[in-house]
Amino acid sequence: MLLIHCPYCDETLPEPEFAYAGEAHIDRPADPQQLSDEEWRDFLFIRTNAKGPHYERWRHINGCARFFNAVRDTVSDKFLTTYKAGEARPDLAKLLEGQK
Amino acid sequence: MSAYRVESHGRIKHHQPVSFTFDGETVEGREGDTVASALLANGKHLMGRSFKYHRPRGAIAAGSEEPNALIGTTRSEGRFEPNTRATVQEIYPGLKTESQNSYPSLKYDIGAINDRLYMLFSAGFYYKTFMWPRSFWDKVYEPFIRRAAGLGVSPTVEDPDHYASRYLHCDILIVGAGPAGIAAALAAGKSGAKVLLADEGAEMGGSVLSEPGVNIDGCSAWNWLEARLDELRGMENVTLMTRTTAIGYYHQNMVGLCQKLTDHLTTLPEGAPRERLWRIRANQVILTQGALEKPLVFHENDRPGVMLAGSAQTYLNRYGVLVGRRPVVVTSHDSAWYAAFDLADAGAEVQAIVDLRDKVQSELSDEATKRGIRVLTSHTVTGTSGRLRIKSIRINPLRGSKAGRAETVNCDALLMSGGWTPSLHLFSHTKGTLRWEDDTKAYLPDQKAEACHIAGAGRGLWGIGKALTDGGEAGVAAATAAGFTTIAEAYPVENDREGTGISLRELPTDRSPGKAKAFIDFQNDVTAKDIRLAVSEGMHSIEHVKRYTTNGMATDQGKMSNMNGLNIAADALGKPQTEVGLTTFRPPYTPTTFGAFAGYHKGSHFEVTRKTPIDDWAEENGAAFEPVALWRRAWYFPKPGEDLHAAVARECRATRESLGIFDASTLGKIEVSGPDAVEFMNRMYTNPWTKLGVSRCRYGLLLGEDGYILDDGVIGRLSDDKFHVTTTTGGAARVLNMMEDYLQTEWPDLKVWLTSTTEQWATIALNGPNARNLLEPFVEGQDMSDEAFPHMSVSQCTVAGFPARLFRISFTGELGFEVNVPARYGRALWENLWEAGQQYDVCPYGTETMHVLRAEKGFIIVGQDTDGTVTPDDAGMSWAVGKKKTDFVGMRSLSRPDIAAPGRKQLVGLLTRDSKTVLDEGAQIVADPKQPKPMKMLGHVTSSYWSETLGRSVALAVVQGGRDRMGDSLYVPMPGKDVEVEVTGTVFYDPENARLKL
Ligand SMILES: [Zn+2]
Repeated sequence: MLLIHCPYCDETLPEPEFAYAGEAHIDRPADPQQLSDEEWRDFLFIRTNAKGPHYERWRHINGCARFFNAVRDTVSDKFLTTYKAGEARPDLAKLLEGQK
Repeated sequence: MSAYRVESHGRIKHHQPVSFTFDGETVEGREGDTVASALLANGKHLMGRSFKYHRPRGAIAAGSEEPNALIGTTRSEGRFEPNTRATVQEIYPGLKTESQNSYPSLKYDIGAINDRLYMLFSAGFYYKTFMWPRSFWDKVYEPFIRRAAGLGVSPTVEDPDHYASRYLHCDILIVGAGPAGIAAALAAGKSGAKVLLADEGAEMGGSVLSEPGVNIDGCSAWNWLEARLDELRGMENVTLMTRTTAIGYYHQNMVGLCQKLTDHLTTLPEGAPRERLWRIRANQVILTQGALEKPLVFHENDRPGVMLAGSAQTYLNRYGVLVGRRPVVVTSHDSAWYAAFDLADAGAEVQAIVDLRDKVQSELSDEATKRGIRVLTSHTVTGTSGRLRIKSIRINPLRGSKAGRAETVNCDALLMSGGWTPSLHLFSHTKGTLRWEDDTKAYLPDQKAEACHIAGAGRGLWGIGKALTDGGEAGVAAATAAGFTTIAEAYPVENDREGTGISLRELPTDRSPGKAKAFIDFQNDVTAKDIRLAVSEGMHSIEHVKRYTTNGMATDQGKMSNMNGLNIAADALGKPQTEVGLTTFRPPYTPTTFGAFAGYHKGSHFEVTRKTPIDDWAEENGAAFEPVALWRRAWYFPKPGEDLHAAVARECRATRESLGIFDASTLGKIEVSGPDAVEFMNRMYTNPWTKLGVSRCRYGLLLGEDGYILDDGVIGRLSDDKFHVTTTTGGAARVLNMMEDYLQTEWPDLKVWLTSTTEQWATIALNGPNARNLLEPFVEGQDMSDEAFPHMSVSQCTVAGFPARLFRISFTGELGFEVNVPARYGRALWENLWEAGQQYDVCPYGTETMHVLRAEKGFIIVGQDTDGTVTPDDAGMSWAVGKKKTDFVGMRSLSRPDIAAPGRKQLVGLLTRDSKTVLDEGAQIVADPKQPKPMKMLGHVTSSYWSETLGRSVALAVVQGGRDRMGDSLYVPMPGKDVEVEVTGTVFYDPENARLKL
């Protein structure tokens, strides 16, 4: 069972308080009607499926209920960091440096 | 007194006899015995039959790694457990035990015929043997597979015990209380850190318990042990747990411990849990689990009486049992020599020590000679004899890898040792990596994935002295990492037995290796030949070899067999072990009861049952209930003598003719409020909301971004900035989650607040021509006339004196109202309406009648008439999609090529040509039932009921191009008949909606 840091509560809490919510940084297009079928397909279905660090969303569903973002290594399952929704992607190189 | 009990040895209470039964016979043991040690003390090695070949088997080990000696244990009615290790189960007066896999008796077993059919059951037999001939399937193969599908027999009554569950946080968890674990606990304990030391055994000490001759710190080993355990017990920051197995090691140092509390007790303390599952979260973990001895692989190495040498030493030194009076020892490691010396010193006549190696240390051979033991280095064992217990063995001299002429030596036990394998199962759970070390001939821990430390035999350090030193250092390292300060003590050790050895494949033989029954996995009956066959048949990955042969897949998870399997597979593949790799160990470390995992979550605590404020009334009035999501809902209200069908017919009639009352409180409710509430609703739902007036309602349709229907419900506008949204009963949480997702992450600029109000409101639906007549006198603050309060209106008013949100809506097609009052008034309002409703013969109805009435009107149930691939147009609900809207969730997908393509399945009505036939829900639909199989399936029946109102059956279905087939005949194949149906519209009753307008 993972321990997850909620960037809103600023607390590290057990996994059952949280729910996974898919890949992060996939913005819903401002005007979907302007997209080609292929572009819309990519938005709907195409995901990174990363082996290694993965930008993903979690929700503190049984806590403050906020959605937030995380970088998690899909091989080790470990969280590299979590950050608030709307914040820019953290620099992966720096994160990995920090893990050493 | 038995010939095998040695009063001078052991830690058991020799003066304290304990009787139990094995297969109905009374066996006398001593307090402190396990079932296995007590049986061995009585000269009984035969304890069970093997799983596949039903070969006679005895205990091969003395601990939880035992693969053979599996027994059923019975304490009392309901307290039966199969597959318990006889080597672990402590005896108590009255314990009943039985052997497994044997019929009619352990000594004469019919299934042993499988042993003669050996060739049928070789590697991959599951995949090959059962393929031919077809006629054998029903009578021969299937019964065999069914019988072979499980070990032991299942309990037949509910487990009367209860199981506890707890969390615990500590600075340092130490798994395994052998010398390394105790030294670690002493060092860490002195730092003041919160330490938990757990051991699976009944007493702590590990290998020290089996090595009484060693001196530690100037004391005998057992005195040292007692003093040091006392010291630990005296530390307030240290907790000791025995009979506690670390079953799994999970992320971020969470370790699951299963503590057995009562299985060893004569009488059960009142209310005591049988087991307790601990979820430990530790800052640092120290794994001091020691090592497991490896069997040697040779022909007939599974005969009762063949045992691991270290285990024989344990039986002697812990339990005062000689496993044989005339044993032979065969080994590739020094440790078995020490076992031979201990047995000889306790009175056994050791017939020979057979060592596979050319040379051994001279101290060993000197010690053997001193005891008059014959030493045969450079020798091998090539077979055993004896029906139910070993009688003799074949010993051959070795010249290189060639076995010379055999000599037969009589014996009553054979003690073997193929060296030791560090116990790294838990470490592997963490994805810690292992590396092969040639010096120790073992896999040792390499890269760690968690904050853990491994000490002692777990990292290839043999002997008590090294374990103590290493454990102390691990204790210091863990304490330091957890922020504490301590130092390790030095423990001078005398008479230590370190030893070295080599790691072998199957032993050389002078006979055909192809005929050898040289077992690797005793529990799954896998032989060396099976492994080689698997490789020759193309299994080149160790994971494939494992699955093809089932090596290591039994309940012991290959604790005995993995390394031998790997060595042999590597040899067959012509590769070094390191290139073949290891199979993965997974939790649990040892078999764990379902009870421990379930803990308190059983019976009524298995999951939450949500009840409405009116649930009590329904129960008092005889409702039959059904589960809907986590709710229990009134299904129907049978009168005496009525079945479901009769009750529902009556409830339908009463509602259509006069008045029905229905508890709709489970409907999901979400309040959407804020200045941007309308904009938010426009973006979420397919419908337009801007022009919906205050006090008006609209049926809302919610899609996923993929364009498929996700949920629906009536939505009322309470004010410019406030909507009362209803969802399906099962969809409430999902819809709120989706709304929050969009609001928080896509449109954080919108000023909107979402509140789940499902349980804040009790919702009572009144339907039928007399609905208004009943309700009107109770309502204050709302003109109830059709003009002032038309269909699809909502009002905040007072009903029976309670503040209410009153909706005029209908899910039945009748004049309908839904009254929402604060949940605490729900039952009071219901009873008010119930009492006053008597003049209209008001009829309570349940979910079944609700389903029939809505189906007669063609109203869909999301999740029943839709299945996650149905668009609004497929469901015939394009009218619910705002034509002028430029965006809403899922809108773009509605013009995706596949969704806009013709020939999609569309929702239609079906009327059976024979009006009395009710179709099966889920049944497939075809155009021509005479077509050859496989038939082309056009769709399926989604809803089907007997309609009392119409005096015939009605059904809804999704059918390819369904709306172009109106009036066509299609067929629904059902058991025994093909039912002809006519494709119709979805509204069967009152298509003009005249009844809504009363
Ligand atoms: Zn939070």
